[in-house]
Amino acid sequence: MRLGLIVNPVAGLGGRVGLKGTDGPEVVRRARRLGAVPEAPGRAQRALNALSPLRDQLLVLTYPGEMGEKMAQACGFRVELVGRLRGEESTAEDTQDAAQELLRRGVDLLLFCGGDGTARDIYAAVGTELVVVGIPAGVKMHSAVFAPTPERAGEVARRYLEGEIRAVVEAEVMDIDEKAFRRGEVHARLFGYLKAPRVRGGLQGAKVATPPSERYVQQAIAARVVEDMKPGVLYLIGPGTTTKAVLEALGLTGTLLGVDAIQDGKLQGADLSEGEILSFLNEGPAKAVVSPIGGQGHILGRGNQQLSPRVIRAAGGKRALVVLATPEKLATLRGRPLMVDTGDPALDEELSGYIAVITGYRERVIYRVTH
Amino acid sequence: MNKDEKRVYPYIPNSVPEVQEEMLRAIGVESLEELYALIPKELMFQRELRLPDPLLDECSLDRHMQGLLEKNKSTREFLSFLGGGCWPHYVPAICDAISQRSEFLTAYAGEPYEDHGRFQALFEYASMIAELVEMDVVSVPTYDGSQAAATALRMATRITERDVVLVPKLLNPDRRSIIANYCDPEVEVLEVGFEPETGLLDLKDLSRKLSGRVAAIYFENPGYLGTIETRAREIANLAHRAGALCVVGVDPISLGVLAPPPRYGADIVCGELQPLGVHMHFGGGRGGFVATPDEERFVAEYPLRLFGIAPTTDGAWGFGDVAWERTSFAQRENAKEFVGTMAALWGITAGVYLALLGPRGIRELGELIMYRAAYAAKRLGELPGIRCPRFDAPHFKEFVVDLNATGRTTREVLAELKDRGILGGIDLSGSFPKLGQALLVCVTEVHTKGDIDRLAAGLAEIVGGGGR
Amino acid sequence: MKGKLRRFHQARWDEPIIFQLSRPGERGLLVPEVEEGIRGEVGDVLSRIPPELRREDPPALPEMAQPRVYQHYLRLSQENLGRDLNVDVGQGTCTMKYNPPVNERFVSSPKLADLHPLQDEDTVQGILEIMHKLDLLLREISGMDRFTFQPGGGSHAIYTMACMVRAYFAEREEAERRDEIITTLFSHPSDAAAPRVKGYKVIMIYPDEEGFPDIEALKEAVSERTAALFITNPEDTGLFNPRVREFTEIVHQAGGLCCYDQANANGILGITRAKEAGFDMCFFNLHKTFASPHGCGGPGAGALGVTAELVPFLPVPLISCDEKTKRYFLDWDVPNTIGKVKDFYGVIPAVVRAYAWIMTLGAEGLREVAKVAVLNNNYLMREILRRVRGVRAPFHLERHRLEQVRYSWEELARDTGISTTDIQRRVADFGAHYWTSHEPWVVPEPMTLEPTESYSKEELDEYIAILEHIAREAYEDPETVKSAPHRSTVGKMADHSYFDDPRKWAMTWRAYLRKYTGYFQPRETGEGG
Repeated sequence: MRLGLIVNPVAGLGGRVGLKGTDGPEVVRRARRLGAVPEAPGRAQRALNALSPLRDQLLVLTYPGEMGEKMAQACGFRVELVGRLRGEESTAEDTQDAAQELLRRGVDLLLFCGGDGTARDIYAAVGTELVVVGIPAGVKMHSAVFAPTPERAGEVARRYLEGEIRAVVEAEVMDIDEKAFRRGEVHARLFGYLKAPRVRGGLQGAKVATPPSERYVQQAIAARVVEDMKPGVLYLIGPGTTTKAVLEALGLTGTLLGVDAIQDGKLQGADLSEGEILSFLNEGPAKAVVSPIGGQGHILGRGNQQLSPRVIRAAGGKRALVVLATPEKLATLRGRPLMVDTGDPALDEELSGYIAVITGYRERVIYRVTH
Repeated sequence: MNKDEKRVYPYIPNSVPEVQEEMLRAIGVESLEELYALIPKELMFQRELRLPDPLLDECSLDRHMQGLLEKNKSTREFLSFLGGGCWPHYVPAICDAISQRSEFLTAYAGEPYEDHGRFQALFEYASMIAELVEMDVVSVPTYDGSQAAATALRMATRITERDVVLVPKLLNPDRRSIIANYCDPEVEVLEVGFEPETGLLDLKDLSRKLSGRVAAIYFENPGYLGTIETRAREIANLAHRAGALCVVGVDPISLGVLAPPPRYGADIVCGELQPLGVHMHFGGGRGGFVATPDEERFVAEYPLRLFGIAPTTDGAWGFGDVAWERTSFAQRENAKEFVGTMAALWGITAGVYLALLGPRGIRELGELIMYRAAYAAKRLGELPGIRCPRFDAPHFKEFVVDLNATGRTTREVLAELKDRGILGGIDLSGSFPKLGQALLVCVTEVHTKGDIDRLAAGLAEIVGGGGR
Repeated sequence: MKGKLRRFHQARWDEPIIFQLSRPGERGLLVPEVEEGIRGEVGDVLSRIPPELRREDPPALPEMAQPRVYQHYLRLSQENLGRDLNVDVGQGTCTMKYNPPVNERFVSSPKLADLHPLQDEDTVQGILEIMHKLDLLLREISGMDRFTFQPGGGSHAIYTMACMVRAYFAEREEAERRDEIITTLFSHPSDAAAPRVKGYKVIMIYPDEEGFPDIEALKEAVSERTAALFITNPEDTGLFNPRVREFTEIVHQAGGLCCYDQANANGILGITRAKEAGFDMCFFNLHKTFASPHGCGGPGAGALGVTAELVPFLPVPLISCDEKTKRYFLDWDVPNTIGKVKDFYGVIPAVVRAYAWIMTLGAEGLREVAKVAVLNNNYLMREILRRVRGVRAPFHLERHRLEQVRYSWEELARDTGISTTDIQRRVADFGAHYWTSHEPWVVPEPMTLEPTESYSKEELDEYIAILEHIAREAYEDPETVKSAPHRSTVGKMADHSYFDDPRKWAMTWRAYLRKYTGYFQPRETGEGG
C-alpha cells in the first residue's frame, strides 16, 4: 500500500504567538521572530503513530525533510522521496508540486498536515482525484477534510487503507478572506471539494439494512427538485455538490462554485455575478436553490455571496429559498440551526425561524434557521 | 405475604426494596416517582390498571394456561388434511431442539462476533435455499410467503421502473389482499385468469395484459390449489418479451422433484419456509424468503437483510450485512420499503431441516408426497359424484375435490367427516364460487396409506348416501 | 472497583461452513417409504411432470448423519450470546428482557403447535380465548378500543397503521390531498420508511436543543396535506416528550391522525397511556415489552390498537366473543377493513407468551416492570457518567431518562482516535455487546443502552465495569481496543470490501465457490462453477 504524505511545516506557526494564520513568508518570519515553534511536525507524527500497525505493508511517498521524510522515518516507515523543494524553505508551490506528483504516482491515500491554506493547495493540485485526510495543524481549519485530532486523522487513514472504511464523500475546502480575518471578521468561502473517507459506522450488525451513499441521496433530492420545477420560473443554483446534482439531473453542466441559472430545463447562465442575476430577476419569478456550506451550516453568506440581499429580496424573500441538504450533512450540525449571514441584518431576521429542507425524494425536514 | 411488605417479583431482580433504595441513593433521588418528572401531571395515569388478579406463582399460571390450551383440539387429535398455505409436515426433533436453544431463541441483533453463530446459521440457511432454488442471493427471512411475494413484486417494479404487476386469479385470496395492500397506491395489481379445465394460467389473457407498464408476472408453482404450472417456460418467455420479470413463488419442499424456477426463466424466486421444520402454530409459524441472481440490479433492490461472508484477521469465517451503498437513484423510486424483526429463527430452523434431509431426503420426500397425493386423488376420484382431481394437470401435494355432482354441500361433507374424526380439507365454495362445492385436500408425508384409505372410506359413506 | 471483570472467552469452534462437513452417503433423516399398494395404484407419478419441470439432479445440500448436524448447530449456538447468557443491556430500543421459559412450555404444547388456522372454531376455543383476552388486556393498558395481532412486528404494525390512515382518508375522499406524514428524527426509521410504502411523503422534525422534538417545527409542518403523525415517545434518547399532548392536538386540528409507535413502552406501562396522550392508534412490540423472545431477528409480533373510530378499518379477522353464548369466533364483519397484511391471524406464539406474562404480573407487576426499568436505566446512566472516561449523554444531563439512553463516545474518540465501533468489538471480549444508533448518527460515536427491568444491580455494575475498563484501555492501551475482539468467536473483520464490492461479496456458499477457492483466493475469471 502506498501512502502519500505532505506536511506543511509552518502551518499553525502563528497561532501561539497571536498571529492568525501563516500564509506567506513575511508572516512566517514574523512568527519565528516572536519565538514560534512549529507544531505541524509533532502533529504529523501523532497521526503517523496511529498507522504504525501497517508499517510492514506501507510505503510512504513524501517530500524531503520537514515536509514529511523526517516524521515518516522517525515513526519507522519505509520512505520514498518523490521530489525536491524549490528553495530552502517550503512554500505553497512545494505543497502543490508534491501533491501533483503523488497523484501521478497513484497513492492509495494522501495524508496531509496543515490548515485551510494547505488544504487549498492540495485541492488546487489534485481536485477530487485522490482520497485525502487532513491532520489538523493550522490555525484556520474550517475545511471539512480535517479530522478533529491528529490521532483521529491517523485512525481514519488506517481504517481506509485497511478497507474498513469504504465510502468517500466530498468534503468542503473553505478559504478565509485573509485581510478580513486579521481585522477579526470571519468570512469564509467555499473554495472547492476534496474527497475524504466517510466516517460513520463500520460493520452494520444493526437492524436496518443498506444506508444509501451520499451521492445517491443527492440524486434523490435533485430528482425531487426537478420534478417540482415549474415552467417559466428561474432557478438560481448555488454552489455545492448537493445543489449541483440538480444540474446533473437535467444533464446540464454548470459550475461547482458559482451560481448557475436554469429555466424550463435549460441553462440560462453559469457562474453569474450579482448584477447578472439581478437582470435575470427582472423578467419573472425565481427561486434560489441553496445548501448549507461550512461547518456552521450557512445557507447564505459563506460561498454564495452572489445571492446578495438584493437578489434574495428581488426573488421574493424567504419563500424564494429552496434549501437542500443530505441527512448526513444536517447531522454534522449536531442540532445547531442553519445560519444566514447575508450582510443585511433585517433580511437575516426575516429569513430566520423555520425552513423546509429537502432531504430526499420524498422527505423534507423542518429545520431552524438563525443568524 | 404481609400487607405492608413490598411485593418482590421473580422476573424482576431489583424489585427487592433494599436494592431499590440503594440505587435511588446512587442516583440522588428520593423516590421512583421523581424519575418520571418529565411526564406532565395530566398524562400520569391516576388509577391502577384494571387487569385480572395476577397468577403470581408459576404453578397457578401453568394451571390457567393448560386449562385454556385444553379447550383446543389440535390436528393430532384428528386425521387432518388441511393445507392451503399452512401445511402439516413432520417437524424433526432436532429442529425443535435447535429452535428452542436459548442462545438462538433469545438473541437478537448482536455484532457478528458475539453473535457469530446466528450469522453463520443464517448464511448456511440462505446457502441451502440457494441450492434448492438455484439462485446465488437469498434474503434473511421476511414475515411470511405472502410478504415475500409482495416484496419481490415491488422489487420488480423498481428494477424495471414500471408500475403494474400481474398475479393469477387462482391465488389464495388472503395473499392477493396482502399483495394488493403492499402495492397500493403506487403499483397496480391486475389479475390473469385461469383455464377452467386445467387450473393453469390463461396464456391468452396473460398476453393481453402484458403491456409496457407491466413490471412482473407472479405465479406459484405449485399453485394455491395444488397444480403444477406446466407452461412455466412460456409464461416466462411472454413476460420477457414484454420487458417484464418473471417472479415465481415456490413450495421449497417440492424442489427435490420440481425444477428450480430459474431453469424455466424465473428472474426472482420467493416462497414460504413453514414446511421446513416449523410447526403450524395456528397459522403463526411463518417465514418468507426472496432469492435472485447475484447481479447488482437485483441486489440493489432488496429491502431485506443479506448476510455475506468475509475473511477475519485470524483466518476464520466471518460474516456481516452486505451493506452496499446504492450510488444511483432511479426516477420514480420510493424508499427501499422497510426492514424489521421478521422471522430469522425460522430461517435457522429451515437450515437445520434441509441439512438433516440432505439431497436424497428432499428428493425422496417430494416423491413420497406426490405418490400419496396422487393415490388420494385417485381413490377419491373413484367415488360416485366426485370429480377428483378437479383440475386436469399434474399436482404436488394438494388437489381440489369437486363435490358438485354429489348433491351435497362442502359444508355438510366436512361436518360429517369431522364427526368421523377427520378434518377433510378446506371449503373452497366461499373463496372460489366458480368452483361451486369444492374442497382443497392436502396430503403430506404424515399421511399413511391407511389414513388416506380412511378418508376415502369416510367420504364414500357420506356421498354414497349411506349417512353415518 | 465495583464489579469484577470476568476472564471471559466465548466458545470458539472454528466451525466449518456446513457444506464443508458434507460426507457423501451420510443421511440425517430418513423419509417414510411409499407403500407398495400406492405404487401399484398410481404408477410412475413423477412422469406426470413434464420433463422441463422435473428435477432429476438432487440439490447440492449437505449430506450429514444426524448427530453431526446436531453438533454443528449446537456449536453455532454456543457461538451466540443469547439474551439469557449475557448482561444484555446494550441492545437499546429492543428491550431485551427476560423471556420466561415457562412460556415456552405453552408455546410448544401440541395443543398450540399443531393447530391449523382453518380448523373449525369450536376446536380452537382455547387459542381464540387467549387472543381475545390479550386484546382486552392491551385495551386497558393503552386505553385503545380494539386490538389486532396480525402485524408480524413493529415495522409491520407501522405499515398497517399507514394502510389504515390511507383507508380512513379514502373514505372521506381526502386521500389524494393528504399525502404527507410527519415524524421525528429520533423515532424509529420505520416510522418514515413504512408510510413511504403507502406513497406518503415524509416531513421530519428535528430535536430542539433540549433533545425534544421541536414543537415549533411541527406547527410549520402541519397543513391540509397532513395525513398523520407517526412518533415514538419516549424517543430513542430515552427522553419523554412532555408536550406530546400538544403534538397530537396540533395534528388533530389540521385534520390528521396520530399514530403511536410504542416500541419504547417498557418504562411507562401503567404510568401513562396512548389514549390520554391523544393518539388514535398505537402498537406494542410483543417481542420487546411483552417478553416474547427475539429469535435472532424474529418472529416477533406487533399488537396494534385503535380507537373506536378506526375499528372499522382494522385488518380481518378480529377475534370476538359472542356475549350470549360466550363462544369465541373469527370476526370478519369489519365494514371498511383494509383486508389482510399477513397470512392468517398473526404470530400466535408471541400472543400466547404475552398473555401469560401479563397474567402472571398483573397491574401492580406491570407498574413495577416500568419503574424498575426506569430505575435501572437511570442508575446505569449515573454510574456510567460518573465512572467511565470519555463518555457523555447528550441532552440535559440533569434530566432523568426513562428506559434507555443514547450516549456518545465523542470525547474519547477525539482524545484517542478510538471509535464507538472499536469499543463495540472490545466489549465482546467480556461477554457483552451494545448497539450504536440508527442512521444518520446525529449523536456522534453513539451507544444506546436499555437495561430493562430484568437485570440485577450486580449485573448492571458488571456492565459498567466493562465499559470503565475499556475506556481506560482506550487511553492507556489503545491497540488492544482497536484490534479487538481477542476472546470472541472470530477475530476482527477489517476489510469491508467483502460487504460492499459486488465483485467480492458472496451471500451464499455457492456464490462464494464461484468467486473463490480455498480461503478467499479469487478465482481467475472464467474459471469456477
